[in-house]
Amino acid sequence: MPIIDTILDDFFWRALIGGLGVALVAGPLGCFVVWRRMAYFGDTLAHSALLGIALSFLIRVPLNVGVVLTCVVLAVALVLFSRVKALATDTLLGILAHSALAIGLVTLSFMPDVRVDLTGLLFGDLLAMSRNDLLWIYGGALLIMVLVITLWRGLLMSTIHPELARVEGVPVERLRLVLVLMFSIVIAVAMKIVGVLLITALLIIPAATARRLAQNPEQMAGIAIIFGFIAVSGGLSLSWYLDTPAGPSVVVTAFLAFVLVYSSARKSRA
Amino acid sequence: MTEPLVTLENLTVAFDDRPAVDHVNLNVHRGDIITIIGPNGAGKTTLIKAILGIQKATAGKVHLDRQMVIGYVPQHLVLESTLPLNVERFMALSGRSSEECKAALARTGVQHLLKASVHHLSGGERQRLLLARALARKPDLLVLDEPAQGVDINGQASLYELIRQLRDELNCGVLMISHDLHLVMAATDKVICLNQHVCCSGYPADISHDPAFIETFGHQVAESVAVYHHHHNHRHDLHGDVVRSQQPRPTEGHEECSGHAHH
Repeated sequence: MPIIDTILDDFFWRALIGGLGVALVAGPLGCFVVWRRMAYFGDTLAHSALLGIALSFLIRVPLNVGVVLTCVVLAVALVLFSRVKALATDTLLGILAHSALAIGLVTLSFMPDVRVDLTGLLFGDLLAMSRNDLLWIYGGALLIMVLVITLWRGLLMSTIHPELARVEGVPVERLRLVLVLMFSIVIAVAMKIVGVLLITALLIIPAATARRLAQNPEQMAGIAIIFGFIAVSGGLSLSWYLDTPAGPSVVVTAFLAFVLVYSSARKSRA
Repeated sequence: MTEPLVTLENLTVAFDDRPAVDHVNLNVHRGDIITIIGPNGAGKTTLIKAILGIQKATAGKVHLDRQMVIGYVPQHLVLESTLPLNVERFMALSGRSSEECKAALARTGVQHLLKASVHHLSGGERQRLLLARALARKPDLLVLDEPAQGVDINGQASLYELIRQLRDELNCGVLMISHDLHLVMAATDKVICLNQHVCCSGYPADISHDPAFIETFGHQVAESVAVYHHHHNHRHDLHGDVVRSQQPRPTEGHEECSGHAHH
């Protein structure tokens, strides 16, 4: 179809369409990050994405595959490590987050042949979205949406009261792994838009904004998606017109919406 | 006698080689109300978590009736303030129909809170919500961890009375942990005094005279408890238990471990 082709030929539209796809899944997943206090956990996974990129170049696999695999391995390692209660979770996360980022950067510096746009990876790049990336984003988004919708009750129940959920037959541990897997996919596909360092913001800020307006969990996820859309379209437009970096512009827009909602809506919290 | 819902055989749960639950044997039948009492750190919660499958047993066995539906009333419902949730939605997450949920809420006396946010409930309302939640599942076994927490004294008595009525209505087994000794003694069939191991168990009236009980809780508590004499209804007889006599019986009656010195 020529119209679609014309649109997809334009890098701005590609970035926007991709960004909206990311926001679609970042909404519900961001709610779980907020509810389960996993912000730092998400950060750690995101930081490890850079290591994933370096490894992808080393073993010559597509970047998205390398990033997802690295995130999954790290996430599973984290879940296992956290059972050994020798270190507080935030200490452990702090160690792994920054080590993964540093190892990624050092590894990349050993590969002079590989030309990577580091700023783009860290802060997102409006120009970097290819048609192939769009396929990845919408493939990932479809998978995540199907998982979130079919597993919603179990995910929510194990968030509210893990032990009660277990007694009622919810496979709490398995759902935790599924959730972590979904985070890994989101990070891999969102990296292009907002960059490694700011992915957690795209997950948390729209969800936190939605909390103020929502009466139940499903509403919160839906409203978070809307604020994600606003952040992505506002931020990318900002980036396009003012030539600001894409990721920070998206986060700034999300933050403005957050401040606006929290300063205007004076309703009681449900 | 029918098959027990729960059978524990020498159940032991140890943390770093220190037993929290030490060689506990226990049967729960349909129609039983069994209350676990004991000082802080006695392993009461660990014991029921092992029964519920939340805590792995270090040694010994937990046998559960396979068909059994368990209703669990946890100690707390602490809801993350970022999670908007009202009573209706919380009940619906049990997967039961809206009618069943409403009936359960009505049974525990909190139907008027259907649209209320869980965040705004008082301690007593939360306990009744959790009980309704367990009830909606039509449990064969009701497991309660300090159900009367945060409930005022009048509410406590009526809550225990409600639990007893629910046992009759559902013909379920009830296993609960409680600190409200005087109330428990009146509302329960059998008391197990836990202090890692079962230090004594039996009918409430007996147990208050038990030296092991007095050693654990002190004379004052034992005396105050003894006042609340438990009048046996006849349910126990139906389940094959002989009417209580002065003679301690080897299994269902008054048991006592041989002493504390070697534990």
